[in-house]
Amino acid sequence: MHPWVGAGDDDRRRILAELGLTSIDQLFASIPDGVCVDRLPIADGADEGTVRAELASLGLANLSLDCAPSFLGAGVHRHVQPSVVDAVLSRAEFFTSYTPYQPEITQGTLQAIFEFQTLICQLTGLEVANASLYDGATALVEAALFAHRVKRGKLDRVVVAETVHPMYRRVLDTYAAPASLEVVVVPPRENGRTDASDLRAAAGDGLTCCVVVQSPNFLGLVEDLPAVAGAAREAGALAVQVVAEAVSLGLLSGGGTHGFDVVCGEAQSFGLAPGFGGPHLGFFACREAQIRQMPGRLVGETVDSGGRRAFCLTLSTREQHIRRAKATSNICTNQGLMALAATVWLEAIGGRGLRQLAAACLARCEDLKRRLAAVGGGWRLAHPAGPTFNELLLIGPGTGAELARRLAERGVLAGVPARTWGGSWPDGLIVAATERTTVADVDALVRAIGEAT
Amino acid sequence: MKRRALRDEPLIFERNPGRARRQGFVLPPLDVPAVDPASVIPAELLRHDEPGCPDVGEMEVVQHFHRLSQLNYAVDEGLYPLGSCTMKYNPRLNEQTARFPGLASIHPLQPPEQVQGALRLIWELERALLAITGMAGVTLQPAAGAHGELAGILMIRRALAARGDARSVVLVPDSAHGTNPATAAFAGYEAVEVPSAEDGTVDLEALDRLMTDRVAAVMLTVPNTLGVFEHQILEISRLVHDRGGLVYMDGANLNAFVGRALPGRMGADAMHINLHKTFSTPHGGGGPGAGPVVVSETLVPHLPVPRVVRDGESFRVVHDDPASIGPMRGFFGNFLILVRALTYIRSLGADGLREMSSTAVLYANLIRHRLAGAYHLPYRSPSLHEVVLDDSRQAARDIHNVDIAKRLLDHGFHPPTMSFPLIVHGALMIEPAESVPPEEIDAFCDAMLAIAAEAEASPEVVRGAPHDTPVSRVDEVRAARQLKVRWTPEGSS
Repeated sequence: MHPWVGAGDDDRRRILAELGLTSIDQLFASIPDGVCVDRLPIADGADEGTVRAELASLGLANLSLDCAPSFLGAGVHRHVQPSVVDAVLSRAEFFTSYTPYQPEITQGTLQAIFEFQTLICQLTGLEVANASLYDGATALVEAALFAHRVKRGKLDRVVVAETVHPMYRRVLDTYAAPASLEVVVVPPRENGRTDASDLRAAAGDGLTCCVVVQSPNFLGLVEDLPAVAGAAREAGALAVQVVAEAVSLGLLSGGGTHGFDVVCGEAQSFGLAPGFGGPHLGFFACREAQIRQMPGRLVGETVDSGGRRAFCLTLSTREQHIRRAKATSNICTNQGLMALAATVWLEAIGGRGLRQLAAACLARCEDLKRRLAAVGGGWRLAHPAGPTFNELLLIGPGTGAELARRLAERGVLAGVPARTWGGSWPDGLIVAATERTTVADVDALVRAIGEAT
Repeated sequence: MKRRALRDEPLIFERNPGRARRQGFVLPPLDVPAVDPASVIPAELLRHDEPGCPDVGEMEVVQHFHRLSQLNYAVDEGLYPLGSCTMKYNPRLNEQTARFPGLASIHPLQPPEQVQGALRLIWELERALLAITGMAGVTLQPAAGAHGELAGILMIRRALAARGDARSVVLVPDSAHGTNPATAAFAGYEAVEVPSAEDGTVDLEALDRLMTDRVAAVMLTVPNTLGVFEHQILEISRLVHDRGGLVYMDGANLNAFVGRALPGRMGADAMHINLHKTFSTPHGGGGPGAGPVVVSETLVPHLPVPRVVRDGESFRVVHDDPASIGPMRGFFGNFLILVRALTYIRSLGADGLREMSSTAVLYANLIRHRLAGAYHLPYRSPSLHEVVLDDSRQAARDIHNVDIAKRLLDHGFHPPTMSFPLIVHGALMIEPAESVPPEEIDAFCDAMLAIAAEAEASPEVVRGAPHDTPVSRVDEVRAARQLKVRWTPEGSS
């Protein structure tokens, strides 16, 4: 008998008797013998202390980010973590609840998502936002498919800046072929930024459903959003902004302000653990006129039969459980609890706090740039005068992977090798700072580079 | 049951109307020089407003979410008998292990030698899922069941392309989840329906007719959404394979037969597993889930990347493989959900998992036994983990499944899944799972029987339900017609 199974042997015998049966096996008689097993080839169950110790030892075999100076970013960032976030997430009323299909008994989840949607609209400068997607990479995919639908399935080309996170672009490639999308990649100029005229040229006229840039881009540089939006408009395409470091939206205006049609990406920075890559939080915002093509769940405000304000899932005629093969996406379960975490985080930090936090990221990154500009050993900033937010590209005599390895041996997680997924840019290291980066961390990085080169 | 709150909880944006400066969190001190953003980034790209969240104190945030939480029903409150959703207990040990700093606070781009524990954890969960299903290969990357379906269908697509046998159709039974046809369409296929036979299983003759050389795959839910095992599963998979197609198995209902039967012996080529159903990870109010996919030898070369490979006692990561369909999402999947699932599987083990599915099926049959007199049972085939009833007896008094569901709220229970599967008009699809004590199953049945009696004696009480919830029946039509999906200072818009 196991504590997570509600009935014991006596209970099972009693129920069998009530059903007029003698053995539970009788209930499985419809399964053909040829597919059955008596016992699974895995160990029997273990007690709580044993399992906890096993999992703890797996954890101890990893180097936690809390134990070493870390400059890792590239879409997964470590920011301040108010204790209230996990306190709310640990409430069983939230984490053991289902998708809020019964609004009368899920107003808590529904109102929290409504607040999340509002916050995403405010940050992106767009009119409507959904209840979440899986992650930043799939948000890019959904944006491309969204644009394809908005253009009535007639424009098959997707123009993507190479400086969109290369891992996201790989995921887009996985989905593009079956969706008959042609992905055209536009490399950055020498300065690490994407030139709007290059996007415009790649888009052609009336061929492209969307033009996608990431800002700040993979190399850490802020893109010229107004020019990109103009280029997309001229080409008859939607303009899509990907955001991989959501905290940047505390300081930078969202693409909606500059004429972008979609702003989407990864919101892990809003209070989610790095967690070896998941669960994180995809978000998606667009214009209200195109809401019927939006993927994923959506919460709307309405009233109950007594006229009181209430919330419920809405426009579900876009979704798979109603539209089946004609749905805007096949997404069902999304990242609800992660959207709640982001909502609690943003509300605890506050609008003013988010701005200060983003400004601290910028200040720490500028300090890092000053220190690295003088680091020696042939290592230098790839774009010393470029407009960065909190990441930069460090280049030098060796490859980024080699530098990362040598510094890891010295106990410093120096950054992400810039060519991890390939790229036309110089082979170097993407180095990230946040408000949690300390002067001591930067000292350790600079010292380690000095020793290693 | 959920009662009306003592007072309405305003939206966070409606708090602190005077916009007084309050502090919800203290940032670390800035010990480097402050920087004027405009000196680094062109001024036209900078935000000029503060994003609209008002400043509130920490207690205000905690109270806000505490009060909202009180409006929710949850697994910890009582039976959550949603059919095909497997709402089981979410063990607290899972929540502890997923928060170990060595698992939660690691970056997916750390060098492999620093994350050997995480890679081993992935590898061990993979081995466990292969043993539980009897399949040849696995990916843990998909973020949810529907995402796993898509990964599976894309692998099938790739395998057929490698054979030079591109096909255009995916067959889906009329009893299938909506995600099945949506996935087929998303992967570039035409979804064609296969009718059910009288017993609710796949009509083999119809399948025989439809299974042409244009058909890439058949998507089967086992047991199906009526809770009925496809007893002709071996004949079905043989037919599909003989005609060059592949078998996709929807594992949403795996809780019915873990420890008793192996999809690997059923002829499955791919099957997703909803860890948030069978393996106890929380539903979280709509995710995050995890949708690993197990596959046959045919599809192993096409599994997504990155993959974790064992070399003796150490583990490494393969990022590239030209035969792979590529990555389905970023990194390794919803890793902290995988931690929870491994915690569960290690805790239950071979013996506990069999006890789990046995009890789940026993409970479903107890519910069927107790309710099939008061409610119509449209399919009399043997039930495994769930039973589907309908409202045809109550419909004569103009009481429909939605009324029964809403009245259940007053009785303190979450309702069953409604109006699904589509082949049952007015369906009430009940899946109890194994976690609750038998008294809870009896209490639920008592409530259902009381509602059936009310439908006779006082139908208006049922039709007007719920009467005793935080809000009364919600106007979902108005929500869609007068769309307000965000708050604005002038009121929502």
